[in-house]
Amino acid sequence: MKTIDRKLLRDLWHMKSQAFSIALVVAAGIGAFIALLSTYDSLQWSRQSYYEEARFAQVFASIKSAPRAVEQQIAELPGVAALETSVVQDVTLDIENVAEPVIGRMIGLSNGSQPGLNHLTLRQGRFPEHGKRNEALVSEGFAKAHGLRPGDHVVALLNGKRETLEIVGIVLSPEYIFASRGGDLPDDRGFGVLWMEHERLASAFDMEGAFNHATLSLSPGASEAAVIDALDRLLEPYGSLNAHGRKEQSSHRILDQEINQQKTMATIFPTIFLGVAVFLLNVVLTRQVATQRDQIAALKALGYADITIAVHYLKLVLAIVLCGILLGVAVGAWMGYAMTDLYTTFFHFPRLIYRIQPWIMLVASGISLAAAMGAAYGAVRRVVSMPPAEAMRPPAPTHYRRMLLEKLGLAHLLSPQARMVIRTLERRPLRTLLTSFGIASAVAIIVSGTFWGDSMDYLMEVQFNAAERADVTVTFTTPVSRTALYEIARLPGVLRSEEMRSVPVRLRAGHRTYRTAVSGYPPDADLRQLLDTQLRPVFLPSEGILLSRRLAQRLGVKPGDRLMLESLEATRAKRETVVSALVNDMLGLSAYMDIAALNRLMGEGESISAVAVKPDPSQASAFYARIKQMPQVATVAIKDEMLRSFRETNRKFLLFFTAIVTAFAAAIAVGVVYNSARISLAERAWELASLRVLGFTRHEVSTLLLGELAFEIALAIPLGLWLGYLLAQLIVALMPMETIEIPVIITSATYAYAALAIVIAGVASALIVRHRVDHLDLVAVLKTRE
Amino acid sequence: MHPTPQIVFTARGLTKTYHMGEVEVPALRALDLEIREGEFVVLLGPSGSGKSTLLNILGGLDTPSSGEACWRDHNLASANERELTEYRRDHVGFVFQFYNLISSLTVRENVALVTEIAPQPMRPEEALERVGLAHRLDHFPSQLSGGEQQRVAIARAIAKRPDVLLCDEPTGALDYETGKVVLEVIARINQELGTTAVVITHNASIAGMADRVMRMADGRIASVEKNPHKLSPSELSW
Repeated sequence: MKTIDRKLLRDLWHMKSQAFSIALVVAAGIGAFIALLSTYDSLQWSRQSYYEEARFAQVFASIKSAPRAVEQQIAELPGVAALETSVVQDVTLDIENVAEPVIGRMIGLSNGSQPGLNHLTLRQGRFPEHGKRNEALVSEGFAKAHGLRPGDHVVALLNGKRETLEIVGIVLSPEYIFASRGGDLPDDRGFGVLWMEHERLASAFDMEGAFNHATLSLSPGASEAAVIDALDRLLEPYGSLNAHGRKEQSSHRILDQEINQQKTMATIFPTIFLGVAVFLLNVVLTRQVATQRDQIAALKALGYADITIAVHYLKLVLAIVLCGILLGVAVGAWMGYAMTDLYTTFFHFPRLIYRIQPWIMLVASGISLAAAMGAAYGAVRRVVSMPPAEAMRPPAPTHYRRMLLEKLGLAHLLSPQARMVIRTLERRPLRTLLTSFGIASAVAIIVSGTFWGDSMDYLMEVQFNAAERADVTVTFTTPVSRTALYEIARLPGVLRSEEMRSVPVRLRAGHRTYRTAVSGYPPDADLRQLLDTQLRPVFLPSEGILLSRRLAQRLGVKPGDRLMLESLEATRAKRETVVSALVNDMLGLSAYMDIAALNRLMGEGESISAVAVKPDPSQASAFYARIKQMPQVATVAIKDEMLRSFRETNRKFLLFFTAIVTAFAAAIAVGVVYNSARISLAERAWELASLRVLGFTRHEVSTLLLGELAFEIALAIPLGLWLGYLLAQLIVALMPMETIEIPVIITSATYAYAALAIVIAGVASALIVRHRVDHLDLVAVLKTRE
Repeated sequence: MHPTPQIVFTARGLTKTYHMGEVEVPALRALDLEIREGEFVVLLGPSGSGKSTLLNILGGLDTPSSGEACWRDHNLASANERELTEYRRDHVGFVFQFYNLISSLTVRENVALVTEIAPQPMRPEEALERVGLAHRLDHFPSQLSGGEQQRVAIARAIAKRPDVLLCDEPTGALDYETGKVVLEVIARINQELGTTAVVITHNASIAGMADRVMRMADGRIASVEKNPHKLSPSELSW
């Protein structure tokens, strides 16, 4: 080994704690990059391989009812590769020991066996035996939420008749990777999918020899749009207008949205992390190399060429960065795995496939290496380009000026130590600012990674306490007369009840369309308030339709424009109306009308499709018991249940994400604070040792050095909180959110958390440096030149 | 009669001006000088007289603002960075007041740092033997006294068998006895290897061991004296 390389190893060993803290910064950047990108890639890949394996359909159509004879015609449509039809009905379930009614989606299985498309993955038990009429399969998420196992029983209200079903197997379906009735919130507790023999289900709903749900796969090269068109025309007489591709399939849509969000996260966060890491590397390495200027000069005087010296320092940096890369890859892989695993709490895949593509590691390492090399090269070049005679001399004493406080005549208020601290900071304002900026970026990262909880809490609070004030929403199997409202109002414990009418529609403006539901409320509704983003109530106009701003943008319409409503209910009425106003709501792409206007438009009398209820909590079980028995009730949505389910899954995810971000930011903060302190110590060891010799105590000497740090951290925190706020807004603006408008809400608790985390990281670094100051070898320091 | 040794260093009108912010500080003012092969030259002068600047230029560590400086046929004034590096590597040995050892390398390794890049070096052990440190090969600089560190620096300077040995206040940081030991080593190298030696000092007593003494003042060589009775370092006292 060359002697100069031996110097390298010894130097590395000597500065091991500093090298480690620099490596930590690199590792944080790389770790975040790998964790987020690999999670994105793994989710994408898990979905793709599951879809292929389970033969997930590409086109979906729901209809009122069509005879099985139509199947042949569908199968013969050009571009159709395979077809699977079934009966699908949402019903109310009654589960033992669960007071609240639960929504169950019943799906028929031909002969109780594996369907040709959307294969079920059997996790436990078996498929229903042919002829055993009341055997059923249940979705795994739902089974887990209620502790259901093969052999357990659930009661389903099938077309008004209570039937006891025996669970014989637990399954997963590619159609229900994300289980919800169509909303954006996961609801494994309140919504379950059950499969039973087709014949049994069909007879319960008087649909023998018929189907109401068709899924199909396409032959290679077939046009999805053409098939959907043909299918719509074919099924129109049977009550359908709404064949759609995967894009509008509820589970796929949510999964897609989540994957896209993950992709944005995986782009924004690592970019910020790597950017900050690169910036810090630059600052730290420049100072690190600067402390070695006398050694560089000595090497030059001995006849070492500039390039040899430059390579020597680049190798030093390379070694540190490689450590960071190794650590970052390991941490990134572990976190990526854990995060992908967390996704399985609301995305039900048969197995979690986690992988890190080599390119992800190569890109992360490449960026870090290039950045570190660039930073080191810049720093080395500055020193190397100095004539050695100049480099050999210690840097000329810096020019001290009378500081601001002295000019103001306030200097006498400060102790000599405080004056020294302030003069040092004033002497190098750029360095102070850079260090503070480095720490501030760590603060900003924490804020931008933790504010999600605040924003989601706010969103939930607004949506479910201020806007949707009904605790229970009872939905009927088909629109019913308004008298049903009075029936429900008479149930035990109902404090208040209000009618709602929801019409599934396709909105059409020119060539743009969007499938949603128009919700009709009474104009004086109390249980359902329309609020804009400023939380101001929005009044329903007596004529015309009110659209979410995002929906209006999507359809390219503005108030005053005409809009086509195509009902997706049996009537398939097509009506034209006027956009009367837009509303800045936060959740969903929705359309609202005065219920009377909606009924007029649809040419219906006083029909309602749901009732919003506020029950007396003390009589809730009596209310639930009665509602479970009502034959025309299809589903009962309970707000608290849904919120609980959402919070349970989301909380865990947010906590994990916050923990990662905080850990990474803390690594960055320690990297900056510790290195800054160590380099200051190296630069000022002589001065500090002299003070010790003069009789200053360890504590007093430490105060000098740590005072600088304290000032830098104090400056960094408000700056970082402000940067964090800007960063949060940037991230939200870049997030692809079709159906949610996330408000940037940052509570003071989040700000305090970010500040505290950095203070702790700072104090920890300071204590280590303090230890060094305490053990300063006075003689050795003073023996060396200055 | 001995043939007159060749001239190795020539300087004509050598000028060096430092710019310190808005102030110009002249360090050398049109200095002329000649040094012959194998000579032991002592440069005397107060602080700020330009001794170190001159030595740095002769050693290729710095370049003049104007004027000429040659080592044999090498023009040091017009040489580029690469040529100066080669010149230092192949021909010059430096000894500094503060030793400038690499603290993370042992005594032997500090010397090896040079022998690995020089064209015809001696073994590090041999160089260290010449300065009387053969028994401390594997110590780190921090484990040595100041005099020992300076001897390591000398061993490092001579290990490449340099043509010239340039010493900037080699005893400046050392006590009397240790200083003498170091001077003896330099004198021995000069005699045994025939290495041209230029030693800077502000200690006039050291002049007694030189072939010639140049006194510097105000960026010029004020006087040059031949020393007819060269003393050995042990005979010096101050």
